[in-house]
Amino acid sequence: MTDQTDRYSPLHQIHVDGGASFTDFAGWQMPVSYGSDLAEHHAVRTTAGIFDISHMAEILVDGPDSAAFLDFALAGRLSAIGIGQAKYSLLLSDGGGIVDDLVVYRLADDAFFVVANAGNRFAVGAALVERAGGFDVTVADVSDEYSLIAVQGPNSREIAKATAGIDEVGVSLDELKYYWSTDATFNGQPLLVGRTGYTGEDGFEFYIQTDAAADLWAALSAAGEAFGLVPAGLASRDTLRLEAGMPLYGHELGLETFPVQAGLGRVVNLKKEGDFVGRAAVETGPADGARVLVGLTTEGRRAGRAGYAVVLDDGSVVGEITSGALSPTLGHPIAMAYVDPAVLETGTPLFIDVRGTRIAASVTNLPFYKRDSK
Amino acid sequence: MTDQTALKYTAEHEWILIDGETATVGITAYAADKLGDVVYVDLPAAGSVVSGGTVVGEIESTKSVGELFAPVDGTILEANAEVDADPSLVNSDPFGAGWLIKVNYTELPTLLSFDEYSALIAE
Repeated sequence: MTDQTDRYSPLHQIHVDGGASFTDFAGWQMPVSYGSDLAEHHAVRTTAGIFDISHMAEILVDGPDSAAFLDFALAGRLSAIGIGQAKYSLLLSDGGGIVDDLVVYRLADDAFFVVANAGNRFAVGAALVERAGGFDVTVADVSDEYSLIAVQGPNSREIAKATAGIDEVGVSLDELKYYWSTDATFNGQPLLVGRTGYTGEDGFEFYIQTDAAADLWAALSAAGEAFGLVPAGLASRDTLRLEAGMPLYGHELGLETFPVQAGLGRVVNLKKEGDFVGRAAVETGPADGARVLVGLTTEGRRAGRAGYAVVLDDGSVVGEITSGALSPTLGHPIAMAYVDPAVLETGTPLFIDVRGTRIAASVTNLPFYKRDSK
Repeated sequence: MTDQTALKYTAEHEWILIDGETATVGITAYAADKLGDVVYVDLPAAGSVVSGGTVVGEIESTKSVGELFAPVDGTILEANAEVDADPSLVNSDPFGAGWLIKVNYTELPTLLSFDEYSALIAE
């Protein structure tokens, strides 16, 4: 199961000591759960969970042309965001497909921090380097220097504020807005705190130098004890993001997917001046009748899973599920699926083929779950 | 506590308790741990005739689906209604209250001993 190519988080021993079971994720051995993925899921919805997502890739873009370069290299208008602001974006291929989905933080007028999926680290790095020709920028993959810890859930802000060693916070954590970040220090070392996440809850992501990651995890965990914080693994992270209707690269997103099919048309800024990679293809759009992403809900407890067919009453296949699970929060199965648009327009009854059993499915707006915003 | 050394096992991570002509079947703690939190079980009805090595049910967790194999030929005497109502018993007590089916078996195939199964999952 393991081989020499496996990579380990700097927090690996902490997870072993915490009783985690592990799964391979993009070549990394990452915690899948510390005992009960359901308990971890519910903790994030009601109190808080702490995730090690150190496998995520970080790429630093620096130099006078940084903003113009990212406007060209990515689908969004990164030049429009303020210093400290974060933005969800896409890196498109020339053909308009999705190379990766990203979160970009603006660190300074001329410096951006690009966070990519672990499995796409080298594809994103190579694309950015290639697209940087003619721009006065440097593109540096700093993934090995940074670890990423996420604290997610309604108590996450109180936990972050109570954590010993987090200091010199630029924008106070009480005032930090959703999808903004601030510089801080942890035990004197640089710390980037983003009010971002992938769970549908309020939360924070902490970018810390790798050699300080274990101490930060310990400090957050200690502060979290009074607030119901539990360590949470990738299994609960997946059900949380699914409930929140957030796409996962390799499931809902891929090189063959146009943003508009995935409901991400708004992420592509066609109004921005000048060319950007993928623009012509996106303006042309996918072929007529290209499948679109929808939410499906079913009754009972048997969930449609990735790869299961979406069918009509007569058995004809009109779509395929990309992610699905019994929703821990809602108590019924939910799924995301790509479906022929024709059947959506007519409202034809849809079914999921669950290993030979046909289960009626209802098309639902995403997300399945939305927190009460305060 | 069930004496796990007294049970028989299969390579599909099931345990079998032999008592006369009745075989009680469940999945091992190792299998339950690999599956994650079990949220749904689909077990064969009493009276069903099953043949060893075939899939007779499903065990679903939040993240995956496991198959339940009949380890022996025979007739289902009982499916565990408590597990049907509360699938988390498979995780909390896999060798006890989380048992899945009782089978009136006709013939016992070669099964793994505790030591053999322990060696299998240590690989």
